[in-house]
Amino acid sequence: MIKLEETPDLLADLATVEMHGIQTSGNCIRNITSDEYAGVAADEIIDPRPYAEILRQWSTFHPEFAYLPRKFKIAINGAAEDRAAIAVHDIGLSVLKNEQGEIGFRVLVGGGTARTPIIGSEICDFLPWQHVLTYIESIMRVYNQYGRRDNMYKSRIKILVKAIGIEEFRRQVEADWADIKNGPGTLTVEELNRVAAYFTAPAYETLPANDPGVALYKTENKAFANWLQRNVKPHKIPGYAVVVLSLKKTGIAPGDASAEQMDVVADMADRFSFGELRVTHKQNLVLADVKQSDLVSLWKEAAEHGMASPNIGLLTDIICCPGADFCTLAFARSIPLAKMIAERFDNLDFLHDIGEIELNMSGCVNACGHNHVGHIGVIGVDKKDGGEWYQVSVGGAQGNDAAIGKIIGPSFNFQQMPEVIDRLLQVYVRERLEEELFIDTVRRIGMAPFKECVYATPINAEDTVDKDAYGFISKPDNYTVQRKSRF
Amino acid sequence: MIIKNKAVVSDDWTILRLSENETPESVTVPAGKIIVPLKVWQAQRATLQNRAELGVWLASNERPEELKGEMEKFAVIAVDFPKFADGRGYSIAYNLRARLGYVGELRAIGDVLRDQMFYMQRVGFDAFAPRPDKNIHDALKGLTDFSETYQTSLDQKLPLFRRVKRDGIATAGSAND
Repeated sequence: MIKLEETPDLLADLATVEMHGIQTSGNCIRNITSDEYAGVAADEIIDPRPYAEILRQWSTFHPEFAYLPRKFKIAINGAAEDRAAIAVHDIGLSVLKNEQGEIGFRVLVGGGTARTPIIGSEICDFLPWQHVLTYIESIMRVYNQYGRRDNMYKSRIKILVKAIGIEEFRRQVEADWADIKNGPGTLTVEELNRVAAYFTAPAYETLPANDPGVALYKTENKAFANWLQRNVKPHKIPGYAVVVLSLKKTGIAPGDASAEQMDVVADMADRFSFGELRVTHKQNLVLADVKQSDLVSLWKEAAEHGMASPNIGLLTDIICCPGADFCTLAFARSIPLAKMIAERFDNLDFLHDIGEIELNMSGCVNACGHNHVGHIGVIGVDKKDGGEWYQVSVGGAQGNDAAIGKIIGPSFNFQQMPEVIDRLLQVYVRERLEEELFIDTVRRIGMAPFKECVYATPINAEDTVDKDAYGFISKPDNYTVQRKSRF
Repeated sequence: MIIKNKAVVSDDWTILRLSENETPESVTVPAGKIIVPLKVWQAQRATLQNRAELGVWLASNERPEELKGEMEKFAVIAVDFPKFADGRGYSIAYNLRARLGYVGELRAIGDVLRDQMFYMQRVGFDAFAPRPDKNIHDALKGLTDFSETYQTSLDQKLPLFRRVKRDGIATAGSAND
């Protein structure tokens, strides 16, 4: 824990490594987020990072938009597959090439989760890249003037867009934009090139597309083969791979890394990935530029330090908020629940059989665990009886087919939750067509069969195990859940 | 005392705020240099427009377009910040200057604090009435918080990338310059 008077020293230290905390809080334009595989993804159309940096500079200390109705988040994707969750951001940008080969953005506005989950609406299907700053300036100006300020729960841009409709919102933005379109805020090729020069490729070696050592070791070592299948992603440069280090080892809070692990990872980044490390919104780490010929030794080191669970994209790759163990806003604990579920399904063959599925969990309505866009979403709810209750949704998704999950019915208590997940999976296994993913089965057959199975017979709700047995986080003696109405 | 044109100066304007039992129609506007609420101006335009010196102020939920065609009647237009976190006043100021062409004194009143004054100056305010419990000389320093800016606003028509030729080659420590 940092003492307040140490903060200047901490910020000064961060500045020495080009990091800062500017606009990471407050009702301003927060830092721009993007694809965790940006610049290296095999399916990338345009590298989104230069645009993200240009937007970051533009938004930094913007004089007119520092005191918005509420915080404001912009995400940008440049690949065929959206990995930046652009549909649930205040503004979501997708870099595209049109038929003439020109580069531009599809612009979504008014997406978000929390109390009012909404998929963003398309305000512009193709905005030539030169106009991105002025167009967003106009979106911000309309929002700054007309976004609600009387109720902080209704002050995000999604509420404004929903209230007046996307057509009227677009009309107001275009009316404002008419005055600044083609003005001096218009981006130049020189500036784009200047910023893009900071995101040049590292010194890749010329390598064969597929490393024979990897192919051989894969046949000898099942554990390595599993890891390769789940945690290694295609790279656009022959002979290289993208490696996801799993921070989802069963028994560890999702996304947690110890100081020792962080030292190990920093060292691995230096030796295996040109000194670069990325953090993902799915709570894992990415080494983006790994030589395939290094994969075996990297895997061994990662495994030795508990970061090679072959579960990326599987049931135990749970996105989870801190929950009531740490957060004063939470209604219920989420980390011990994640642990209990991960332990129940901690069988690799079963996990691989279930295949790709996203289980996202939040301890309260603020939805920091992205529950609305989880294929299965779990959210702690306030039932005024002091107990821990959870609502379950199915059918949510992030990415290209982003959707908000639907609540299946009345809530469950802590002890019932693993059985609820089990029953949902039983329906999937019973109903799935060959190779069909959980989310696709939900989309094909709808929610009804899942609901029917989960509520068919009572689930034992008894507190059969001492709650503290799950609470691997030691709580202070005077621990109580205090709720503040900050959000 | 207020801050005007980057200096602490004396000021003899009085801001009229309606009390709960007053209405724009009924309130008596005292003689002298008074900055009246927009609603009072609109309700008493017939008598007020004959005054030699008059100011008007906009609440954060009022539209600057309401003053279209009348701005030359005022010696000062003020924008009220009911609390510093209410940022509508920034867009009101920008629109008054950039879209409606107002060139006279534009004064920030209300919860006006040092930390916000750099931003206020950028969107077109040239006069500031800092909150009375704050030291006005400290507040003045807020106007020079930063020496350079990235983006266009009222004070700077060109973004940094059109004004300064910057090196495109990454060097350690320079990515955020």
